[in-house]
Amino acid sequence: MHMRRICFYLVSALILSPFCLGQQDWIRTGTGLGVEKIRLAVPDFKAAGTETQTAELLKTFNDTLWNDLDNAGIFEMVSKSFYPLQVPANAQEMRIADWANPPTNAAMVAFGSLGAAGSEAVMQGWLYDVKNSSSPQILGKEYREAGTADGARRIAHRFADDIIFRLGGGIPGVAESKITFVSSRSGHKEIWQMDYDGAGQQQLTRLASITLSPRLSPDGARVAFSTFNNRGVQLGMYSLELGRPVAFPTFGGTNLSPAWSADGSKLAFSSSMRGSPNIYVADASGSNVKRVSEGSGPDVSPVWNPKSGAQIAFVSGRTSLPQIYIMDADGTNVQRMTDTGYAVSPAWSPNGQFLLFAWRRNYGPGAPGGQDIYIMDIATRQWVQLTHDSGVNDFPSWSPDGRHIVYESRQGGKNEIWTMLADGSKPHVLTSSGSNTQPNWSFK
Amino acid sequence: MRKTRNYLLIFGLTAGLMIVGCAKKKVTAPPPPPPPPPAPSASLSVNPDSIQQGQSTQLSWRTENATDVNIEGLGAVEPNGSKSVTPTGSTTYRLAAKGPGGTQEATARVTVTTPPPPPQITETEEQMFARNVQDVFFEYDSYDLRPDAQASLTQAAQFLQQHANLRFTLEGHCDERGSTEYNLALGDKRAAAVKEALVKGGVNGSRVNTISYGKEKPFCTESNEQCWQQNRRGHFVLQK
Repeated sequence: MHMRRICFYLVSALILSPFCLGQQDWIRTGTGLGVEKIRLAVPDFKAAGTETQTAELLKTFNDTLWNDLDNAGIFEMVSKSFYPLQVPANAQEMRIADWANPPTNAAMVAFGSLGAAGSEAVMQGWLYDVKNSSSPQILGKEYREAGTADGARRIAHRFADDIIFRLGGGIPGVAESKITFVSSRSGHKEIWQMDYDGAGQQQLTRLASITLSPRLSPDGARVAFSTFNNRGVQLGMYSLELGRPVAFPTFGGTNLSPAWSADGSKLAFSSSMRGSPNIYVADASGSNVKRVSEGSGPDVSPVWNPKSGAQIAFVSGRTSLPQIYIMDADGTNVQRMTDTGYAVSPAWSPNGQFLLFAWRRNYGPGAPGGQDIYIMDIATRQWVQLTHDSGVNDFPSWSPDGRHIVYESRQGGKNEIWTMLADGSKPHVLTSSGSNTQPNWSFK
Repeated sequence: MRKTRNYLLIFGLTAGLMIVGCAKKKVTAPPPPPPPPPAPSASLSVNPDSIQQGQSTQLSWRTENATDVNIEGLGAVEPNGSKSVTPTGSTTYRLAAKGPGGTQEATARVTVTTPPPPPQITETEEQMFARNVQDVFFEYDSYDLRPDAQASLTQAAQFLQQHANLRFTLEGHCDERGSTEYNLALGDKRAAAVKEALVKGGVNGSRVNTISYGKEKPFCTESNEQCWQQNRRGHFVLQK
């Protein structure tokens, strides 16, 4: 797995990137991706105190913090081999010139210490702008969590998000966000949840059926999903607060792919309750059901424009192979967005400007290529291919900051959850056990 | 020593015989009465002694000193012989051999078993349903009924009209390619297309329950066209 990942990076770096960039300009996402990156140095935090458990917590913390900042997409992480010999544990020990000058040549430095106090892990962290000698401190803060590996990870995520918020144009980081997905590792397809970096994978539903299409509510308290009962596939609702499914109305026909409006008040979904599978909208409780798309369909996989709440993107096979469409939330003003091939699984960007979707552009008998993730600028309908030569990719979902994408990728006969930056760089796998599909990133 | 004793024995016996031979006859005996005629003997056997109805078995008999041999049911027979018989039920054959010396009887029994009745060729409703209502198959990403599916559904509709008590589920299935969600909607359209054809053929729609499994319950799990074709189907399940 490790070798494969390395190979993937090499292939991406050496062959694909120049090829792709040469073909088409990158769409500006307005999230700091693609602009010059800030050179950030993050020396390992020092141990505060001599508690025996500190060393282990410290390692978890340092690894998590580095990973969070490295994955943020807005930093150029300065290699640790260029750091000064003396690493500061606190503000008094910080000598900014050592970090601002070559060979380190950092713009920013994050540093501090972590120790155990009773049952808690306590971290003191600073972020310094080392090019600003008169007033270098941007952030100086103490963080406390449980003195466990989870607690250490959580402190790292909170600190990373504070740094990303301050240096990334005021967009909150995603280190504390969650990803729900479908995994078969228990023997049935059930809903699972994990941290955004793949840590802490845990099973939510235990329905022992076939459970699909998890969608976290904007407040993070519920997961809407689809599951099979003896009448076919039906919508369901899981409460993360209660730790169990809660009642949700069943309808006739096939009911699937629920999607939350950004305010959490409505669900859009596909249903054949009155004939052909069309897009319906209901209150989050499942009441006040209204059909919003017309025709023979099949219409499926709706997603709301999270910015306006006034539009829905969806998939329709009304002209044969499925294509991406958008319409107003009342079903009017339908526009077809893709012109050819097999296009499915739209995801609307948090800023409302872009659609991600899975596309097999060269559809046809014996046509080359797999199914890849594409991004489209809705206003211009200009699109860019984000995955290349990496099997069958599907179900892209945006991170809350719009800088990351999580998606399902089938490579070598096995489905896993992958993540990458929204420009297609830094793809890496998050799961390894069982078949893992249909990832959905939390709203915050 | 042993040799010497043998010689003595031979000598003794020889001497004894010479003495008898020299004895003189005293009276002449009267002629003996004629011996009584010998009694007849008879045996009867059947081989095999157990047959299935309709089969034959061999009856064999032997007699001695008999002038008149009868087997019950067969009448007069030769003193010795055999005959193939095909009794319809278990039978005890009786042979009577009469001669000047009396009568002798012999019996032999053959057991006739009735074969088990041949299995009755009546189909269960399930078998009839399976024979007359067959799954239909689809082209890739299509829910249109092909000509072979149309023909198959015409037959199915006729059968279902004649068996109005049968209720069934129609499952829509898809191959592994493409999106999980889109395939569930496509499977719904496939099941609906099959149901519509049956309703047009006169089947009451309330007897049909449709359900889409998309690509979640494949019949075949290999990644090739042969297998994919098996999975693009409308599948009938009889409700019990």
